[in-house]
Amino acid sequence: MSTATSTLPPKREITTKPRFSDKVFRAVVTGGGFSSLVILGLISLFLLYNGLNVFRTEGLKFITGFDWVVPIPELGLPAQYGIGAMLYGTVVIGLIALFFAFPISVGAALFLSYYAPDWLKKPMVLVVDVMAAIPSIVFGLWGYFILMPSAEYWAKLIHKYLSFIPIFDMPAPVFTRSPFIAGLVLAVMIIPIITSITREIFAQTPLDRIQAAYALGATKWSMIKSVVIPYGRGGIVGGAMLGLGRAIGETVAVYTVLNIVFDIRIEVLLSAGGSVASMIVNKFGEANPDELKALMAAGFVLFLVTLLINFLANFIINRTARE
Amino acid sequence: MSTSTIPRPTKPWGINLKQAVPDVIAAFVALLTTYALVAYTPLKGKLAFVIVLFIVAVIASATISGIRRDRKAALNSISTVMVYVAGMFVIIPLVSILFEIVKRGIGGLSFGIFTTDMAVTSTDAPLSEGGLIHAIVGTLYIVLIASVISVPIGVLTALYLTEIKGKAAGTVRFFVQAMSGIPSIVAGLFIFAVWMIALGNQYSAFAGAMALAILMIPTVARTSEEVLKLIPNDLREAGLAMGGTQWRTVAMIVVPAAQSGLITAVILGVARVAGETAPLLLTMGGADALNLNPFAGNSSAIPFYVWKNFALGSENAVSRAWTGVLVLMIIVLFFFSLTRFLSGRKGRF
Repeated sequence: MSTATSTLPPKREITTKPRFSDKVFRAVVTGGGFSSLVILGLISLFLLYNGLNVFRTEGLKFITGFDWVVPIPELGLPAQYGIGAMLYGTVVIGLIALFFAFPISVGAALFLSYYAPDWLKKPMVLVVDVMAAIPSIVFGLWGYFILMPSAEYWAKLIHKYLSFIPIFDMPAPVFTRSPFIAGLVLAVMIIPIITSITREIFAQTPLDRIQAAYALGATKWSMIKSVVIPYGRGGIVGGAMLGLGRAIGETVAVYTVLNIVFDIRIEVLLSAGGSVASMIVNKFGEANPDELKALMAAGFVLFLVTLLINFLANFIINRTARE
Repeated sequence: MSTSTIPRPTKPWGINLKQAVPDVIAAFVALLTTYALVAYTPLKGKLAFVIVLFIVAVIASATISGIRRDRKAALNSISTVMVYVAGMFVIIPLVSILFEIVKRGIGGLSFGIFTTDMAVTSTDAPLSEGGLIHAIVGTLYIVLIASVISVPIGVLTALYLTEIKGKAAGTVRFFVQAMSGIPSIVAGLFIFAVWMIALGNQYSAFAGAMALAILMIPTVARTSEEVLKLIPNDLREAGLAMGGTQWRTVAMIVVPAAQSGLITAVILGVARVAGETAPLLLTMGGADALNLNPFAGNSSAIPFYVWKNFALGSENAVSRAWTGVLVLMIIVLFFFSLTRFLSGRKGRF
């Protein structure tokens, strides 16, 4: 009887104050959580710092000019660094890629969501995922050795029948390594990205609205036109933009199939084009320290452009997904 | 004892003979028309055949639905054909890529390439000489080091987003999403600016690994976040109710419960960066000899090996490049299937 009263445990301290271990835990995890922000900040800082001199001496001409001349001090020739032609070329091949990839991707996403028989759905999703996992150098080699001979023939056909349109005109009959072919390779690369994002958005279409459309006697296409597309419009646009971002930043695959020329040309079938990312690899090998700074500046511009596109695309997708 | 016949249930929504006959006839007519057009007009070749067949098929199917029902049905059948074609266009490149890789790469595949490097072999030498052990070792090193750097950061980011849910969680999530879109060449330039220019180091496998780590962090973080979100809140509450601190709850309950999903996240990150080429071109130097020290000296990786041999352009060098691509694809697809296998197992998170 007497032992029971003596072994009462001491009163526990009840507190909402986090323990020491929790404070450490929270500090470490928060630190880790912010590391991606820190890395992004460091990337822009270092590239900007290295490229600052070039930005200062070239000014706006760095963006608009299209000459890339390494200085020759013995002859008194000053340096000229302008990536205008490369920026233009990047936009051109990005748009060509999107022109082919966008309808195919949206169509494929519709196929996967509403047309494909059940036994085909899983393997098709697997195909799209595998495509997204293939390294860009593989696309580069495939584009150069397998796609290019066919694409050259297609380009000749386009030129033969549509050369009255200025962009299909041809000053010199060289059809290989053109922006058209680079755009085709990029299209194959971004199809899986756009397809999987649009498919995810389509999957969120409310079932009751789909069934309501069918109950009103809609055909499949009328249902898609009046329910699925309006509902997923933001996601489709966002997915296309993410694909464009990937196309703009792609380096190796474009480098293998594109002939990089510092000149602005509107003929997309001609063997002369540009891409900021590929230009960096192209010039990096033999760059002197001064030119290296200019490449850093080009990298900074590329970083800003892709970051902006990604911000915008994710913003649109997140907004669509939340509605 | 008469045998009773069970009536087969009818399917009024299915295809019946009356409807199928015009369809079959239309398909036959379309094929014939296409053949006639290609054979007797200036349109020539396989490409022309495919395009003409496509156009004729669309017109035929639209006409049949138009006659049978109305304009809306015709439109529906056109869009159906379009969507099927789009689905086909997604499969064709993959089949072509995989087929060509195996066809062109298998010739150079032998046991020897896994035991020798290219230190004393010219790239034009017969394929039986030389190998890519230096590239395989390099790839192993950079993938391993990149994982060691990026996995803690990626998982901590995911924990911040799911466990702490701080005020900045939305911003962090947004930036991680944006980070997954930065071009690989920019990561290479950044490491070059920091590691080579600012700190004065030389090319090494470690530098390449750091560039890959930058690309790997967002993949690991986003996948881990998805996995941790799936852990039921009951588990966390149970841990706290038993008097555990948040640290103990996360370390002893949440992370072990999400273990296989987190491993999937890491492997997904590895599959993402194993084939990266552009950042390596700026940071690794590209050696022909085996370099067992990841922290000093030029080294190679499989994508770099492919790139180098492709750039040389001679027949044997290109064959070597294709063999490199085959080895690279086997590695990437191995990791890819591993993630499928791990995330496909049921009953676990």
